[in-house]
Amino acid sequence: MISPELALPLSLAFPLVGFVAIWLLDKRPNWREAATLATAVVLLALAIVVFQAVGAGARPAYVLFEVVSGLPIAFEAEPLGAMFGLVASGLWLVNSLYSIGYMRGHGEKHQTRFYMCFAIAIAAAMGVAYAANLFTLFIFYEVLTLSTYPLVTHKGDAKARHGGRVYLGVLMATSIGLLLPAIAWTYAIAGSTDFAPGGLLSAHAEAARPVLGLLLALYAFGVGKAALMPVHPWLPNAMVAPTPVSAFLHAVAVVKAGVFSILKIVVYVFGVDFLHETGASAPFVWIAGGSILLASAIAMHKDNLKARLAYSTVSQLSYVTLGAMLAVSAGVMGGALQIAAHALGKMTLFMCAGAIMVAAHKEKVSELRGLGRTMPITFVCFFIGAVSIVGVPPLAGSWPKFFLMLGAADAGQIAMIGVLMLSSLLNVVYLLSIPAVAFLKPAKGADAPLEKEWYAGPLYDGRNALPRDPVKEAPPFCLIPIILTATGAIVLFFFSGALYDYLLPLTETGR
Amino acid sequence: MNLMAQLPVLPVVIPFVAGALALLLPKGRAPWAWATFVSWLSFLASALLLREVAATGPVSYHLGDWPPPWGIEYRIDLANAIVLALVSGIAAAVAPFAYESVRAEIDERQSPYFYAAFLICVSGLLGVTATGDAFNIFVFLEISSLSTYALVAMGGRQDRRALTAAFTYLVMGTLGATFFVIGVGLLYHATGTLNLADLHLKLAGQHNRVVEAGFAFILVGIGLKLAMFPMHLWLPNAYAYAPSAVSAFLAATATKVAVYVLVRFFYSVFGLDFAFLGDALTYVLLPLGVAGMFVASLIAVFQHDVKRMLAYSSVGQIGYMLLGLSFGTREGLAAALIHLVNHGLMKGALFLAVACVVYRLGDHRCAAFSGLARRMPVTTWAFVLSGLSLIGVPGTVGFVSKWYLLEASFAAGHAWAAFMIVASSLIAVLYVGRVVELMLLREPPEQGPLSEPVKEAPLSMLIPMWALVAANLYFGLRTEFTAGFAEQAAAALMTVSGGR
Repeated sequence: MISPELALPLSLAFPLVGFVAIWLLDKRPNWREAATLATAVVLLALAIVVFQAVGAGARPAYVLFEVVSGLPIAFEAEPLGAMFGLVASGLWLVNSLYSIGYMRGHGEKHQTRFYMCFAIAIAAAMGVAYAANLFTLFIFYEVLTLSTYPLVTHKGDAKARHGGRVYLGVLMATSIGLLLPAIAWTYAIAGSTDFAPGGLLSAHAEAARPVLGLLLALYAFGVGKAALMPVHPWLPNAMVAPTPVSAFLHAVAVVKAGVFSILKIVVYVFGVDFLHETGASAPFVWIAGGSILLASAIAMHKDNLKARLAYSTVSQLSYVTLGAMLAVSAGVMGGALQIAAHALGKMTLFMCAGAIMVAAHKEKVSELRGLGRTMPITFVCFFIGAVSIVGVPPLAGSWPKFFLMLGAADAGQIAMIGVLMLSSLLNVVYLLSIPAVAFLKPAKGADAPLEKEWYAGPLYDGRNALPRDPVKEAPPFCLIPIILTATGAIVLFFFSGALYDYLLPLTETGR
Repeated sequence: MNLMAQLPVLPVVIPFVAGALALLLPKGRAPWAWATFVSWLSFLASALLLREVAATGPVSYHLGDWPPPWGIEYRIDLANAIVLALVSGIAAAVAPFAYESVRAEIDERQSPYFYAAFLICVSGLLGVTATGDAFNIFVFLEISSLSTYALVAMGGRQDRRALTAAFTYLVMGTLGATFFVIGVGLLYHATGTLNLADLHLKLAGQHNRVVEAGFAFILVGIGLKLAMFPMHLWLPNAYAYAPSAVSAFLAATATKVAVYVLVRFFYSVFGLDFAFLGDALTYVLLPLGVAGMFVASLIAVFQHDVKRMLAYSSVGQIGYMLLGLSFGTREGLAAALIHLVNHGLMKGALFLAVACVVYRLGDHRCAAFSGLARRMPVTTWAFVLSGLSLIGVPGTVGFVSKWYLLEASFAAGHAWAAFMIVASSLIAVLYVGRVVELMLLREPPEQGPLSEPVKEAPLSMLIPMWALVAANLYFGLRTEFTAGFAEQAAAALMTVSGGR
């Protein structure tokens, strides 16, 4: 068995080995995909080693070298990072299966480049997960941005170029313009950028206090990947990418790296107690709440399926930011659980959207009428994912909402309980309406007058239905990953207690 | 005679003598081989010197054994040892690169003259850096400038505009040198000495009009040479129309040497006790540095010619160095020195990449870069990586520079300056990103002379270019030779100048 200390650098190095292997196997697609899958399996095994070691109370650490005096590239796994590493590497494996089905089914070009960039992106995500200081986190954060740019612009047409420009523009502008000075400022105050239990800055309270709110603002908006409004436009624009990219990177790796960073910064740089005591994070509770509702409202207006899911992601990411900014332990716990739960749910939804594109070539919600009968498995899984995101037991998404409401009550932000309730209702409207349309509406053109009964859904008696369409699902490489994540969303509900215990050290120094 | 004892003067003397000899060589490959060999020798000498200075402290060499302050002293401490290593290192990378590039862009009959001028230029820049004598600085400044005018003008075969660019440069450069020598003359009048260390001793406590006027003349003169905004007007055209290899060499070295001279006069000659210096830092360097960072960078965004774009970017990047200097703190000085070296590395790599494009496509306008990733992938990725370095992405030297500048701003209590620095970096994202997008995401031109199929640049160009790109990445992660030495050098300079 590999020691967890060694597993940290290996989980960064191994995807790079995979990168080279994919490059060399350019001309032999089957071997190339085998290389991706093998890398993913090894990476998952490494992440499990780290996860277990952290669960046993160890804090495996590895220092690569010092770049500038006082700024080493260093890794240290703690519960939150170990969880994120496990989620990212596990879902990469699932997504690699899905990519094979999607990219081949869709006949995409430049597949070697696609898999190569994916390998670098996952290495960067692991780097973010295991970073022991802000400096290391920033390095891998930027690598993640740059390595996903070719994936976003994969198609290479005018639309992809524009999307890529916004993607890179917003992410680079926020990270260089806000995050970098925030890190430098933190270093200037604390003489270090190490993540410290209880908060790096709380140990230098005197120097930090006057600029605390400003610093928090720099971090909150500087981590553009957390998509806190108004720095969210990169996310809808990233939807020009092939669906596996949207499913994995823009529902799991990239966006979760963002909210993970926010959570980590709040817990280990500011310190939950310090923020609670100074009240510096209170304005951001409202900004996150506003972001939750506003993004949901926009999502309702989107007919394009991926755009709707993207705005739903913006909204759901702000749950994590909200949890962090509440500055109480229940909020942090809710945010941490949301990272895992939303990853499973939203990835299921995106993979379903991709499966619909591959099998039925439909991209708009309004085109999905009657498709539930041709693609029953896909839409059942979509339903499961959507219900999980709404937050209904027995699905994984219900626990984070519970803890967030608890946290809002603890923090005295009663209004946020209302925001969370309202948001769940909005989720019902814009997410559950999709399987409803697919299952309960007849296929388009069957009966024109039915247009009026758009929202009549459950009341419709099916009298005018066309003969049942033959079942035509996406290829198994697409379908199996969807079933896996949908099942995962159910299973995680029952294991959330274990995950809660696992993450408990995170809140020990909190209130 | 022990050769090692002569080490401080060798980097300067070798190319100087060799430059004259290059004129005697037949046209063709011989002058190039000679220049490459000599620039490597010079680099070797500089590297040995840097090692010696880092191990044992400053070295003093008395030219012709005349003791200072009467004789000319070569005084090498860490500050100029780093600059010597940078200049000779860039020369050692550009010289092998130049063969193909120069053959394509310059009349073959001129090749002995070209390499002679190149070596003399290297020698001049190294001389300015190595010497410890104010008048000797002027002499070498003129030697390097005169050869530079000739080198720029040799671009005239490709583009006649090189001639006017060289002439403008000549006028402005001569003005700068004249201002400088008047300043040195005034200082001589006030002190009776030309030796820098001696000047520092004799200037101590002098706060009169003569010294202040001398300071002002030197500041303006060197300001012209280093293209301090708004005295940069000679630079964009000179860099754009010079032969590509010359642009790469000059962009990486010439203005950096001038910045070094400014540092030397500020901290080793005048010192922070000289009240006028504080005012100059706050009221001249700081606003002009910030203005350059923004105005020149914004102009760069709208250039259609990639060489001009990089040239304007250089003016902007010099703004960072001036900003670092203007804090008047040890951290700020260290940041300026670090950026001086790092910027040399990134601009050298970028201009070499452009030179590869010019070699194959004969054009350095944006249109030539369209779809380049398909046509010249190795060159494209060199440009992309050094472009990321220019932006300041972590893992590159550009990031190290930014980090030290940011820390210096916060340490000096100028938090606003930190935001100026990152805001200006974002403009760099725009102008670099524009070209990168063209290269990666556009199709090659379909009509016209640019549409003809091209191959990747030859290995003799790719290897030196990638050596500089590798330096950008290596020194972005291991900084003991760049930032480590620069911090020590800054600490030593601050001790002399009486700062903290």
